[in-house]
Amino acid sequence: MGLEDKLPSGVLLSTVEGLAGYMRKSSVWPATFGLACCAIEMMALGSAPKHDISRFGMERFSASPRQADLMIVAGRVSQKMAPVLRQIYDQMTAPKWVISMGACASSGGMFNNYAIVQGVDHIVPVDIYLPGCPPRPEQLMDAIIKLHTLIGDTKLGPNREAIIKEVELAALNAKPTIQMKGLLA
Amino acid sequence: MTDFNESANIEKKISGQADINSVPFTEVEQPGPASLAQQAKGFWVTFSTMFKKNQTVQYPDVKAPTAPRFHGRHQLNRHPDGLEKCIGCELCAWACPADAIFVEGGNNTPENQLSPGERHGAVYQINYLRCIFCGLCVEACPTRALTMTNEYELADDKREKLIFEKEDLLAPLRQGMLAPPHPMYPGMTDTNYYNGDVKEAHPSQSESGQGVN
Repeated sequence: MGLEDKLPSGVLLSTVEGLAGYMRKSSVWPATFGLACCAIEMMALGSAPKHDISRFGMERFSASPRQADLMIVAGRVSQKMAPVLRQIYDQMTAPKWVISMGACASSGGMFNNYAIVQGVDHIVPVDIYLPGCPPRPEQLMDAIIKLHTLIGDTKLGPNREAIIKEVELAALNAKPTIQMKGLLA
Repeated sequence: MTDFNESANIEKKISGQADINSVPFTEVEQPGPASLAQQAKGFWVTFSTMFKKNQTVQYPDVKAPTAPRFHGRHQLNRHPDGLEKCIGCELCAWACPADAIFVEGGNNTPENQLSPGERHGAVYQINYLRCIFCGLCVEACPTRALTMTNEYELADDKREKLIFEKEDLLAPLRQGMLAPPHPMYPGMTDTNYYNGDVKEAHPSQSESGQGVN
């Protein structure tokens, strides 16, 4: 396989994994993707001294997607904005994460109409869903902390590949949204 | 005007008349470096900031309380004897502008008495990915079953986890409450419940011996 064979067993996939996760989660730079009123709360977190996002190692909102690791989709995504959002996501360098901030980004919220994408997870894979209309900055911080836990637990190498395969298989076998009943539909 | 001047300059340039002296300019007096006292005054602002109170909220360590009437997660309340207040009328679901609430009513039977009166909420779901925390459901509730808490840390990584079931929303059992289903307080009707005549679970309805009514 490579490096894994040369090192003592377990070092690369436990110690290094933990270290890499710690480093990754401590410097996540968000891309600016404010679309509506949630963006105001996001800016309150990002640039104001009251809710200092730098405390989480997120120094600044990156205006260029290439330098960003985290996309905070803040606000309602219209059908016209959807391809733009996907392009920004594609331009971000892996590993990358997405927080769907607010009711509108997560599910369309109260805008259940033809103009709004009913949940940004139709377009990009979402790691953390954040309810609220709009969520207060503390809620966004809470989402970021929960995302940090996720990032810290990220697997590396063969473990990661196995998980990706598993997730892919589960997604292929999942029940389509159109067949779901109740509130999940 | 500028276009006219430029074209005029080009014409001059072509004819060989343009030179540096033909370009108009105004002389500006440069102030030079600020005096030491002025610089110190500027740096004093920076220096004195060190002794100012820090405005940053230390969120995960220090959680500042929200406004008392903050719209947070919902709660399904109970009567003082532990019976649920929700009667499954679906008025909250009808009031919801985002269609985030799903309610299905059920009939109360002597064996399965969840709330005083005839009906209870059998299924109660709130989709927090749709909910806009407007509180119209709370206004619509005729029995004051639905209220809002100040809890706001709701983020999660799966859609399914953010659809809260009745068990997630029900208020915890307090002192003197008994987990439903259990019969209504002996000798009391549902009207008595709404008038606040029932203060606690009847002593005969202990944890073991339910249904002495």
